[in-house]
Amino acid sequence: MHEVQPAVVVENVTFLWWIPLLPALGVLFHIFLGRRVGKTAVSVVGPSVVAAAFIVSLVAFIRVWLGPPGLVLQQVLWSWLPVGSLDVRFALQVDALSAVMILVVTGVGFLIHLYSVVYMHDDPGYARYFAYLNLFTVAMLVLVMADNLLLLFVGWEGVGLCSYLLIGFWYDNDANASAGKKAFIVNRVGDAAFLVGIFWLFWSFGPGSHTFSFSEIAERGRQLSPAVVTGVTLLLFVGATGKSAQLPLYVWLPDAMAGPTPVSALIHAATMVTAGVYMIARLHALYELAPISLDVVATVGALTAVFAATIGLVQTDIKKVLAYSTISQLGYMFLAVGVGAFSAGIFHLLTHAFFKALLFLGSGSVIHAMGGEQDIRKMGGLRRYLPVTYATFLVGTLAIAGVPGFAGFFSKDMILARAYAEAPMLWGLALVGAGLTAFYMFRLFFLVFLGECRADAHTRAHLHESPRTMTIPLVVLAVLSVVGGYVGLPEFLAWGDRFSAFLAPAVGGSAHAGGHPHLALEVALMGASVFVALAGIAVAYRFYIQAPQTPQQLAARWRRAYQLLWNKYYVDELYAALFVRPIVQLAHVLWRQFDVAVVDGAVNGAGGVVQETGRWLRRWQTGNVQHYALSLLVGTLLLLGYFLGRG
Amino acid sequence: MTTVPASWYVVLGILLFTIGALGVLVRRNLIIVFMAIELMLNAVNLVFVAFARQQQAMDGQVMVFFVMTVAAAEAAVGLAIILAVFRNRETVNADEVNLLRW
Amino acid sequence: MTTLAFPDVAWLPLLPLMVIGATALLVLVADLFSEGPDYDALGWLGLIGLIVAAVCAALLWNQSGSTLAGTLVLDRYGLFFTILFAVGSGLTLLLSMNYLETTDIRSGDYYTLLLFSTVGMVLMATSVDLIVIFLGLEVMSIAAYALAGIWRTQVRSNEAALKYFILGAFASGFLLLGIALLFGASGETLLPRIGEVAATGTGEQRLLVTIGAALLLVGFGFKVAAAPFHSWAPDVYEGAPTAVTAFMAAGIKAAAFAAFVRVFVDSLGPLAGDWRGALWILAVLTMTVGNVSALVQRNIKRLLAYSSIAHAGYLLVGMVAGGENGNAAVLFYLAVYTFMTVGAFAVVIALGRRGQPHEDLDDWAGVGLRSPFLGFAMTVFMLSLAGVPPLAGFMGKFYLFSAALEAGYVWLTVIAVVNSLVSVYYYVGVLVKMYMAEGGVEAEATSARPYLFAALVATLAGTFLLGLFPTPWFEIARRSVESLI
Repeated sequence: MHEVQPAVVVENVTFLWWIPLLPALGVLFHIFLGRRVGKTAVSVVGPSVVAAAFIVSLVAFIRVWLGPPGLVLQQVLWSWLPVGSLDVRFALQVDALSAVMILVVTGVGFLIHLYSVVYMHDDPGYARYFAYLNLFTVAMLVLVMADNLLLLFVGWEGVGLCSYLLIGFWYDNDANASAGKKAFIVNRVGDAAFLVGIFWLFWSFGPGSHTFSFSEIAERGRQLSPAVVTGVTLLLFVGATGKSAQLPLYVWLPDAMAGPTPVSALIHAATMVTAGVYMIARLHALYELAPISLDVVATVGALTAVFAATIGLVQTDIKKVLAYSTISQLGYMFLAVGVGAFSAGIFHLLTHAFFKALLFLGSGSVIHAMGGEQDIRKMGGLRRYLPVTYATFLVGTLAIAGVPGFAGFFSKDMILARAYAEAPMLWGLALVGAGLTAFYMFRLFFLVFLGECRADAHTRAHLHESPRTMTIPLVVLAVLSVVGGYVGLPEFLAWGDRFSAFLAPAVGGSAHAGGHPHLALEVALMGASVFVALAGIAVAYRFYIQAPQTPQQLAARWRRAYQLLWNKYYVDELYAALFVRPIVQLAHVLWRQFDVAVVDGAVNGAGGVVQETGRWLRRWQTGNVQHYALSLLVGTLLLLGYFLGRG
Repeated sequence: MTTVPASWYVVLGILLFTIGALGVLVRRNLIIVFMAIELMLNAVNLVFVAFARQQQAMDGQVMVFFVMTVAAAEAAVGLAIILAVFRNRETVNADEVNLLRW
Repeated sequence: MTTLAFPDVAWLPLLPLMVIGATALLVLVADLFSEGPDYDALGWLGLIGLIVAAVCAALLWNQSGSTLAGTLVLDRYGLFFTILFAVGSGLTLLLSMNYLETTDIRSGDYYTLLLFSTVGMVLMATSVDLIVIFLGLEVMSIAAYALAGIWRTQVRSNEAALKYFILGAFASGFLLLGIALLFGASGETLLPRIGEVAATGTGEQRLLVTIGAALLLVGFGFKVAAAPFHSWAPDVYEGAPTAVTAFMAAGIKAAAFAAFVRVFVDSLGPLAGDWRGALWILAVLTMTVGNVSALVQRNIKRLLAYSSIAHAGYLLVGMVAGGENGNAAVLFYLAVYTFMTVGAFAVVIALGRRGQPHEDLDDWAGVGLRSPFLGFAMTVFMLSLAGVPPLAGFMGKFYLFSAALEAGYVWLTVIAVVNSLVSVYYYVGVLVKMYMAEGGVEAEATSARPYLFAALVATLAGTFLLGLFPTPWFEIARRSVESLI
């Protein structure tokens, strides 16, 4: 890469360890005292330790922000593994990238903790829930603050563990337990590759002092052969596809929605699933040495973005729609880092954390109000009953659809612009995905909040807006889903892309390292994505609002447009027949056949084969001592045969 | 006096060892199984003595004493264990002792 | 007056051995004079003896020498294991002191046998003579057979002892035959001499050494529970009294590895080309059989037995890797494993009661919620066994697998990593049961069982210490293997 890397300035500080330590204290509190001190104390301690961690994170962030470019705060806790030439340290660091991540983890995390106070209030496992949630926060903070790959892996495993525990939180339900299992098995596959990648990297560094810190990996990576770098980065990426739910290892995420909704918001939308993106951004120096790996990352990302979006079209469970949309959005992030736009990827990670957490918490509020119902066909017209949820959900939907002015627009646009410059094919895919996203998100929105309420009378009688503790996080996240985008404006607007400038020392380059596109081209690209988004919204509107059963007043209000478009009605039908229906069909096929049959089959099959083998092996353990003696003798003869065969 | 090579004794020892090993596998009575194991150990004793003679090293003969001591200790503990099994289960049939499995 | 020459013996190398042996005899005698039902004093006696032995061994750290015609040596390798055995047996003693109360086992016999078994273990680790190693192995094993069956009224305990005894004696036969053949090749049983013959012997000698090596592999493979010589382990582990199972998993396995590594590196090193390949296969088989079988287990002791088999496989990976790093990794991992596995069995004991061992996984439902300390402890041990960082088990595997990679065994490493990832499934399964299910049994408060509590705290401390600050300990392990060739 030709851009000038700003010099890194390391400053040793002593307060960083408080950031993971505070939630860790919370974990201990919940485990050992939680059941004794009662719910009130848990409700206070759970969120406030995260809030405290947020404040410390804010201090760290401001230090990095105001400090010289390339400032890295570092705290070496102790030498973990100083053996021979090896010197892996238990060290935390906060550079620009980590600073953004810890703010997201603790900030969004705090809001979700707060929301959980009410959402989980009547759950018998209240203290256990907060213990897990705090533990997750600790692990995630270790992951993003680690100064070396091994410590990152500590966090990586930790968040995984908490994820399984929380997916299976309501264990009395078999489906939940098997969802947890699925997440677990799929992640094993990814982790196996990840671990082998780590070992291979360490091994190929050979002798000489090494800390495996990211700066050293960047440094020494240059001396490795391209084949090794490609192999290692691909293996690490396989790990990322597991954790971040990309093709082909995405299958666990939709099932993971079995967990409590705030968990889906925190772990399976805002933070943990983005760990893969973070990891690649963190190792950007290594990935930049392996163009093939980057191409693979970008392609997998773009394919996932579209693939998951098509599946999202036909889902009827509110959380499943959001789950597929998360997979799709993560695909955008991988597309971004794959085309070398690391800061754009992280930018989208940031805005996505806001609007997706918002959408999940909003859906939680809806589910809460509906008495546990998650089927969007049984909702409708909730706007009247849940005004705050409605308004904030609308903001979130606009943001994810990429409507100008909202956060998602800026970050997605940054990715698309860069993708166009690097790989027009992938840009095309991503554009299609953007249109689909706008469509299915508004379909969801319309079906839930507008139109006639399709709930039964009993449910309808109990419809109510959620309490303040739940709506405040919604409002805060809604505000962030708007203003969050303004930190990274297109270069030609107002203050331009401050976000990329801030991140540049940590992830290298700026959004426009690949050459500044012409203003006209940039505007044209932006126009294309806006057009696609609006088209998606319009189609959704036509399909789900303008249908015959739409209330009278709506039809009347839109009479003129209706008249105007009358002749196009047939086109709509045609469009539906030619385009939408095949897509819907395809989506169904993909979902039913591929997702459910093939991938689930493979996952369950792999688990099943191992279990079957276990059962088969068990049969040899007959309990008869002479059978054991026989196996011993046979083993002896085989060994003798081996030894003599060699000699 | 007829003499034979020392290796014949080694072969005989290994033959006895094999008979012992097969006895462990096929006999059902635990006491007999145990005696077959004793046969294996004593077969090795024969091998030791034969090698000691062949190598002109006294060590091999001394080892036989160690092995005999070990065998005696094993016999004491082994018979006690078989006795305990018999007390609780009223059987010394190897096939019927299979509570622990899978 | 007739005088007899008093043998000129260097006593210093024998010091730890004699301390433990004397303690065993002391306990045996003291048992005659002590009256039940409170046998704590006997336990304390044994504990003090083990501590003294460990301290002696630590003080001898910078000494070296040999005694008894060169059959016993004083080197760091032996001292490392002496200390490890003292720690392992001490922890077992500690948790036994509360465990025995819930059984019909006579404490005096139990402690004596435990200590004699430890004597055998020390003998195995400090000897460089095959016949003395064999004697040590038998002293250890015969005491262990008796320990497995010491709960005489329990049918399962009888059966475990029977199986252990029959198969153990059977395997000993092969080991002994192997020793005889090595003796036949070299005319001696001292390891260095056998090494010379293995390196430079004639064709016939080499043939004998090769067959002998294969048979030794069987004998040691049996003791460490390597597949396909592992089939005794699940049954014996399940049936034996739980404290004895902990002892077998930690102490006996470590002792077998101590002799295994010393014999194969010290004297059969020249044949490494032959046995590395065999060990490679054994390692893969052992890891895989252990982990896959553990997946379908419902009894916690049986599950831990298969886990112990799998861990023998990981340790074999270190042996295959060889070299200073590989062997040091084996030693380090044995220390780590001692803490993890004794700790896990201590939790099993903590959950059991008189007449109700509570070994079925269903009994464990919700334990983590009702007894936070036990839940926390078991979580740590399970995650450590699974190799989750930053606990000791992870560091151990890290050293083992990176040694294998360094030595160029890429596929072996990949298989090992995949295996340890599979194993996470059943370890976490235990945690899921503990934290995510209702029912199960109420655990007795740990405060009512002080010794057990102490054992848990000690093993927890070890698991964290070796995981968070592994370096000094690995350095000690590395120094210990320097004395091997």
